[in-house]
Amino acid sequence: MTATTEATRRLTGSKAMVEAIAQEMERDPNVIVLGEDVGTYGGIFGSTTGLLDTFGPDRVMDTPISETAFIGLGIGAAVEGLRPIVELMFVDFFGVCMDQIYNHMAKIHFESGGNVKVPMVLMTAVGGGYSDGAQHSQTLWGMFAHLPGMKVVVPSNPADAKGLMTAAIRDDNPVIYLFHKGLQGLVWMAKQSRAMGNVPEEPYEVEIGKAAVAREGADVTIVTLSLSVQHAIEVAEELAPEGIDVEVLDLRSLVPLDRDAVAASVAKTGRLVVVDEDYQSFGLSGEIIATVAERGVALKSAPIRVAVPDVPIPYARELEYAVLPRQDRIRDAVRKVMG
Amino acid sequence: MEDKTRADLFTTMVQIRAFEEAILADYHADKKPAWDIGAGLIPGEMHLSAGQEPVAAGVCAHLDNRDAVTATHRPHHFAIAHGMDINKLAAEIYGRETGLGRGRGGHMHLFDPDTHFSCSGIIAEGYPPALGQALAFKRQGAGAIAVAVTGEGAANQGAFHESLNLAALWNLPVVFVVEDNDWAISVPRTSSTSVLSNADRAAAYGIPGIRVEDNSVEGVYDAAGEAVQRARSGGGPTLIEVHTLRLWGHFEGDAQAYRPELPEVPGRDPIPSYEQQLIADAVLDETQIEQLRDEAKKRVQDALDFAKSSPTPDPSTATHYVFA
Ligand SMILES: Cc1ncc(C[n+]2csc(CCOP(=O)(O)OP(=O)(O)O)c2C)c(N)n1
Ligand SMILES: [Mg+2]
Repeated sequence: MTATTEATRRLTGSKAMVEAIAQEMERDPNVIVLGEDVGTYGGIFGSTTGLLDTFGPDRVMDTPISETAFIGLGIGAAVEGLRPIVELMFVDFFGVCMDQIYNHMAKIHFESGGNVKVPMVLMTAVGGGYSDGAQHSQTLWGMFAHLPGMKVVVPSNPADAKGLMTAAIRDDNPVIYLFHKGLQGLVWMAKQSRAMGNVPEEPYEVEIGKAAVAREGADVTIVTLSLSVQHAIEVAEELAPEGIDVEVLDLRSLVPLDRDAVAASVAKTGRLVVVDEDYQSFGLSGEIIATVAERGVALKSAPIRVAVPDVPIPYARELEYAVLPRQDRIRDAVRKVMG
Repeated sequence: MEDKTRADLFTTMVQIRAFEEAILADYHADKKPAWDIGAGLIPGEMHLSAGQEPVAAGVCAHLDNRDAVTATHRPHHFAIAHGMDINKLAAEIYGRETGLGRGRGGHMHLFDPDTHFSCSGIIAEGYPPALGQALAFKRQGAGAIAVAVTGEGAANQGAFHESLNLAALWNLPVVFVVEDNDWAISVPRTSSTSVLSNADRAAAYGIPGIRVEDNSVEGVYDAAGEAVQRARSGGGPTLIEVHTLRLWGHFEGDAQAYRPELPEVPGRDPIPSYEQQLIADAVLDETQIEQLRDEAKKRVQDALDFAKSSPTPDPSTATHYVFA
């Protein structure tokens, strides 16, 4: 394949995910997919489209709505040598099955003194912005990241969606893969202009634990992840003509967290805005600022967090827009740290 | 069955359908040109209950507003049949300050203290709180009961089974209702459920279980009558499964490509068939039915007018109501 074909092939987030899964299923017969509506429907957010046709019902399995049972099943299957990709339809549903996730999936390797591995991927949809209410709009990544024993990856674009999925499947650890609904390029959701992106055709891994500089800048660092990366880039481009040069750092994973990249970028710019679609308190945004403080990075102004202000996600559009870290709030924060 | 009861059951079904049809129209009216779930007057996911009216009408005919109902992500039919103020219901769906939850909740999160009604977007999670309402009612001694509703897909969730056991163990005044509409989004019940009837599962918890076939509103009415009576008189819980029909998609926008039976679905609409039956039995005539339909539509129109003329919530109040 030539570099030109690579560069011109544009996929949606969901197509990129599916391609990664299909290529790994091709390569390794132990990779299986299971979850609600992952078969004929192809995943409510398009994460498994076409896999049933290609790999058949023995490897792509619709489950009953029994998350504890089928996530637990994924753990057992992983322990015995399969490499399951299990979908939890919305991250918000973790409540019915969290024990399997945090007391089992995440702890078995440790409790066994490293003797038992759980190579599984738990993929799940996150995020709001389309009035789905308090039980279907959360991101919750900080919560998983808080609990030791699982890697937590969060792609912001199609190329990473593919590379992080491939890396997650090949990883010998449990990996929570949180994909934002707004980045899937779904026909029934508002089109995010950057939901389409160049994706190389051959299999490749994006290393889990390495942040990416999504836009270079000199004046202020926005540390962010997932859909907010795209919002941050938009704001950065808008502010450039005003002479504000914004660097956008895409974390790509919470666990491991690329603290070196955070410290390096903030040391360069001296100003920090953290944009996080998760609840503000006790989560990622505080962790980023703690990292900067612990490393003694000198700041020219106090850091600002743009996150969900510790309120469940409201249904009414006016209210939801007020609490999400949308472009207007990011812009205000950047102007404010610039002083 | 008395003519009056039959006419009332029909009226409730017609009222529900009129509401769902109006919401359907408004929901789709302004999502053009590119269909966007988050756009328009009514944004977000929308799960409508058309075809399942017999379940709500038949069950709620035995309830009054002391009794509790916990419903699902598909809640409108039970809300209306249980007597919720449809102005407040509509206003919540339109995300207005005058809605049940001041626009904070949305259509899957309806909480109405006046009718002890609630629902949840997390499947089967309405079952456990119904137990607590039943426990409170039992202590209060006034004979109120709780009805917990779920879909057949949700009956494979732990909360369903835990609730049946606990309610049976503590002899709580609960009626468990399972709406079997054959589908859980794209998954048919044959691919999700190890038994042919969820009513069979009642035996595992030592409570009576009954399955009502053919989406029969009168069948539901009879079964629920017995179950409600049992609960009110201290006889404990009952599980009723109704074989019903999801007339439309799982949510609005669902193309239902997975559904081979689709062409014959409209022919199974429970409302025209009941209408024919009531006409044949001289319970209602065509004029009366037309009048009753007009009245139902008028009530819905009023509710929608109320909703659409109500103020949207003030963004500066977005963080209100997290705590008491
Ligand atoms: C715990 C949980 N898992 C998954 C979902 C997503 N979901 C919403 S409705 C639904 C199907 C429910 O089917 P059923 O219980 O039969 O009710 P119906 O939609 O047919 O009325 C699913 C899987 C959810 N809301 N909660
Ligand atoms: Mg169903």
